[in-house]
Amino acid sequence: MTTLVRLRPTAPARRPGRIAILGAPNSGKTTLFNALTGHRAKAGNYPGVTVDRREGDLQRRFGADDVRLIDLPGVYSLQPQSEDETVAVRVLEGGFGEPAPDGVVVVVDATTIERGLPLLAEAAALGLPVCVALTMIDELKARRGEIDPAELQQELGVPVVGVVGNRGLGIDDLGALVSAPWDWAGSSSLSRGAEAKAPEDRFAWGRSVLAACRRQAPEPNRWTRRLDRFLLHPVIGSAVFLTFVAFFFQAIFTWATPAMDFLSGLMDGLADQILAALPDTAVTRLLADGVIRGVGAVIVFLPQIVLLFTVILFLEACGYMARAAFVVDRVMGWVGLEGRCFIALLSSYACAVPGIMATRTIPSPRDRLTTILVAPFATCSARLPVYLLLIAAFIPADPVLGPFTWQGLTLMGLYFLGTGVALLSAAVFKRGLLRGASLPFYLELPPYRLPRPSDIALGVWDRAKLFLRRAGTIILAVSVVLWFLLNLPRRPADPELSVAENQRLVLEGSYAASAGRLLEPVFAPMDFDWRINVGLVASQAAREVMVATLAQIYAQEGQDEEGLGVLLSGSGEGGSAPLLSRASALALLVYFAFAMQCMSTLAVIRRETGGWRWPAFTFVYMNGLAWLSAWLTFVLASAAGA
Amino acid sequence: MDRTLADVADASDGRLLEIAEVTGSGAASRRLREIGFCTGAPVRFIRRAPLGDPAMYELRGALLSLRRSEARRIRVHRAGA
Repeated sequence: MTTLVRLRPTAPARRPGRIAILGAPNSGKTTLFNALTGHRAKAGNYPGVTVDRREGDLQRRFGADDVRLIDLPGVYSLQPQSEDETVAVRVLEGGFGEPAPDGVVVVVDATTIERGLPLLAEAAALGLPVCVALTMIDELKARRGEIDPAELQQELGVPVVGVVGNRGLGIDDLGALVSAPWDWAGSSSLSRGAEAKAPEDRFAWGRSVLAACRRQAPEPNRWTRRLDRFLLHPVIGSAVFLTFVAFFFQAIFTWATPAMDFLSGLMDGLADQILAALPDTAVTRLLADGVIRGVGAVIVFLPQIVLLFTVILFLEACGYMARAAFVVDRVMGWVGLEGRCFIALLSSYACAVPGIMATRTIPSPRDRLTTILVAPFATCSARLPVYLLLIAAFIPADPVLGPFTWQGLTLMGLYFLGTGVALLSAAVFKRGLLRGASLPFYLELPPYRLPRPSDIALGVWDRAKLFLRRAGTIILAVSVVLWFLLNLPRRPADPELSVAENQRLVLEGSYAASAGRLLEPVFAPMDFDWRINVGLVASQAAREVMVATLAQIYAQEGQDEEGLGVLLSGSGEGGSAPLLSRASALALLVYFAFAMQCMSTLAVIRRETGGWRWPAFTFVYMNGLAWLSAWLTFVLASAAGA
Repeated sequence: MDRTLADVADASDGRLLEIAEVTGSGAASRRLREIGFCTGAPVRFIRRAPLGDPAMYELRGALLSLRRSEARRIRVHRAGA
């Protein structure tokens, strides 16, 4: 496709060791990186910042060993304003304790080449050897545009390779290019571009380069225009958007559930088998109930994470995600956020963990942090078992209006409560703690494109791996610690009593019970007794653990969850006294709606914000708000005679 | 007479315009210029979002979306005027 002439040979030629890949978002950079590395990337973080780091080795078949490719974050400019740009510049200048790369591949989308050339000029200004990968040339041709890479190479004085990442065209040329010694100094034209200081001058330089190349600009993308007329239509577009939200919820709540049930059943079964097969010692119990069930608590999130990111990355790659942000931006603007925050908040209704991981697409650090801080208020699926238990036990099933009952309305109210508090807190944070001059809001709406499945699969795999490695280890550790708290000190089993009775006695004497009693003054205003407090302590591992712990603590023969509800509300036939008043139950519901009780979420916040400061802040402010609201609920409900 | 890009979105005339000036000198204005909204660049209003804001513009072969508050910084006149 392109003749790779050696331009201006200089001696001695260096063998490249590290090559950075630089380009704007949506320029086809990731597809190119995946093709060059053969889909083998090492994902990680740059120290001290939250920007993703992706590196991979150039495939050997291109002719060189040990060429490391660095996939820089997508940037429009090297004048650092956002964290992504700061990282890109630091890597190119030799930061993070590593030498500067030996060369830079600047990825330029051929259909918007005028917008890509200024970045090339900025990269050349750093003094590193550069070459150009011209992507989307098939799309350019389809839209009757024209550019000859050889002419561009002549004009710039650095190698230019036309590639179609999707079909692998030009990849061999580019691979051979980055394998060979780098010694291109660039033409006098490129140095003129590199000397330009103002953005206007860089764009003007780009236009002069293109004029010298007899380039034909492409016609507007007809398909994209046509689809936009439909998908962004005031009425149809809004309907499509709402359908998209409904589809998202459907995916979260129904499609992931079978896989999640299967995995948790698998781990429970494994734990039971270990308990049955090995002698009943503390070590066996630790292994089964602490470790295996702890691992279960981690991997049960995997189906949701995989599903959510498949949907998110697919919609992002095909171009609709930017449109969804465009449609909803105004609503998010009311609370000081922007359209891209919406997707992360929506994901948090499944689980705050993938929701917080999805905030990486938000360019403004302040908006991103605000979204991370309020995402845990979204009513995640782990709250549901607790809500269902308490609502069934304490809220009458009487009809209110038509098909609506008090129970249904309460559940709906709790969803609205979580959403409302999330948005309100975002507004408060943006006006107070996280106030400040922000980047202007701009959003590029890429043409609709068919995504490449392997790119999506790789992106999902990266995130699943990161979750298992970083969050998983902490969740597992917390599960084991909690097991100790709930089961120590040890107590010899009484053969006269049933297994359930024995377990109840161990729990009553455990350190967790002591913690529950210690917490009594804290929760006394809401009339929670120490047993509820133990449940609150245990639910720090994961909210749904509350139900199992309460079942264990009130253990009786043949006790199931329905029986637990009857016992709590004292509605049984024997007329036993209720263990929880209705006012306390309402307070407990509100507490669960607001409290930060999820170690996985805290672990992910730590990972995404690069330290313990923000997870600690989240823990304190959410639990403080939860306590206050629960107390207020108790006072109001008591006054109303509940 | 010059108008801002935000006024154009109100008129929605779809004509090709030319950027006269990006007002202000802060980081926000600089960023607008870096993404291509610089003096002399041709720009075209395409559509508004279903809720009225932001709006989509065609600039240097790409589709970009700006809020009214940012579009107000960009003064435009008819191309060739």
